[in-house]
Amino acid sequence: MLRAIRAFFDERGVLEVETPLLSSASTTDPNLSSFTTHYQQQPLYLNTSPEYCMKRLLAAHGEAIYQICKSFRDDELGPKHNPEFTLLEWYRPDFDMFTLMDELGDLVQMLAKNSRLGVATIQKLSYADAFLQATGINPHATSADDCRQYRLEYGIEQPVGLDDDVDGWLDWLLIERVIPSFPADGLTFIYDYPQSQAALAKLYQSQGGYPVAARFELFYGETELANGFDELLDADEQRRRFEHENIARQARGLQPSIIDERLLAALEHGLPNCSGVALGLDRMLMLLAGAGTMEQVLAFPFCRI
Amino acid sequence: MLDGDPCSITENILVKPGKGQAFNRIKAKNLKTGRTLERTFKTTESVEAADVEDRDVEYLYTDGEHWHFMEPDTYEQHAADSIAVGDAAKWIKGQEACVMTLWNGAPLSITPPNFAELTVTQTDPGLKGDTAQGGSKPATLETGAEVKVPLFIDEGDVLKIDTRTGEYVSRA
Repeated sequence: MLRAIRAFFDERGVLEVETPLLSSASTTDPNLSSFTTHYQQQPLYLNTSPEYCMKRLLAAHGEAIYQICKSFRDDELGPKHNPEFTLLEWYRPDFDMFTLMDELGDLVQMLAKNSRLGVATIQKLSYADAFLQATGINPHATSADDCRQYRLEYGIEQPVGLDDDVDGWLDWLLIERVIPSFPADGLTFIYDYPQSQAALAKLYQSQGGYPVAARFELFYGETELANGFDELLDADEQRRRFEHENIARQARGLQPSIIDERLLAALEHGLPNCSGVALGLDRMLMLLAGAGTMEQVLAFPFCRI
Repeated sequence: MLDGDPCSITENILVKPGKGQAFNRIKAKNLKTGRTLERTFKTTESVEAADVEDRDVEYLYTDGEHWHFMEPDTYEQHAADSIAVGDAAKWIKGQEACVMTLWNGAPLSITPPNFAELTVTQTDPGLKGDTAQGGSKPATLETGAEVKVPLFIDEGDVLKIDTRTGEYVSRA
């Protein structure tokens, strides 16, 4: 798999890079938690993805780059999660998210062809269409109350701790209703996420007239494989989002994270227009090998380290 | 503690829709009723931990209603009912070293040794000449437990059983 990926990018003139796994800043995403370590007395964090450093390279050199590296996320362990995992992440200057989705589709199909993984269909759905088809709910114009009502109507479980947070409800209905509606042996791209779930993506006006994030995810059947953005270039807007996420962390009783000033300085200097995506290679390998759990494709799973 | 009862989590699966809110799907066994329940939590939620403790005990005897155990160090005795003993009753006949989980001082569950050695009290004769082949037949053990055994096992044989799976391991 790794050899095929490297050949794929070689052929397309994308440069392989390597960036540090240790960082002096941590992620502000309230849904992610970084491992902390120390150099002497100085706290350092293991990266949750190589995104920030790769963007700094892009700001300096502006070339198409890819990286295969370990990433670390505390408290993520399960049949499809290992706290230490391998990401393939790449950035394409001058690609919009649809062009990058096509390239990602090409890569996954190439890998599938080399194994026994069948790809019967490829579909691209906006987040709104995916929701409307599966639930009848317009995710850009709904409320926690609407979602609760829908839950009662269809006898869907109410998770403990899910309250008036609309994004939490959308995530829950995505898991319970939308993702299970995807074809089992096909690739499904979801794009144009709600602007409140933009992370590091640009915002724009969707065809339906809603402000949305230029963010996409790729699923094979119900397995989430990749997340990508048409990357946000505006340093001030990025700082506001980091600060906003830190406020959300504190509201959940989490420590605020250290904002990566070096990334913001790189954005200030100027990031080329680009799209980037991260593909989980352990999940990809699970699919290629027909494995039901991530443990089966890891030489030493978490319970054996 | 779930719904006011102590529970043992038997399965905990992390689900995430890609980026975004994570949830944990929990399967738990209610240790008071023996029932299994399923529930989903937002990952950041927490529940009260049950105030339980494990004690090493030796199984003494059963009077039919209760199973009696003793702590070898203090000679303190505990009587466990059938819900607390559960499947462990199938694998103990006396003097086994078990672990007893106590909740508020009362027996909540019994964990038998991982392997039990028990005598076959009833099984049909196996077919002659079929010893090397696969195939199995039911056998009743001295505790009343039923297990699947290879065809060459006879009444009176002593068997080693894995109590975690309830499966035949070998002749003892």
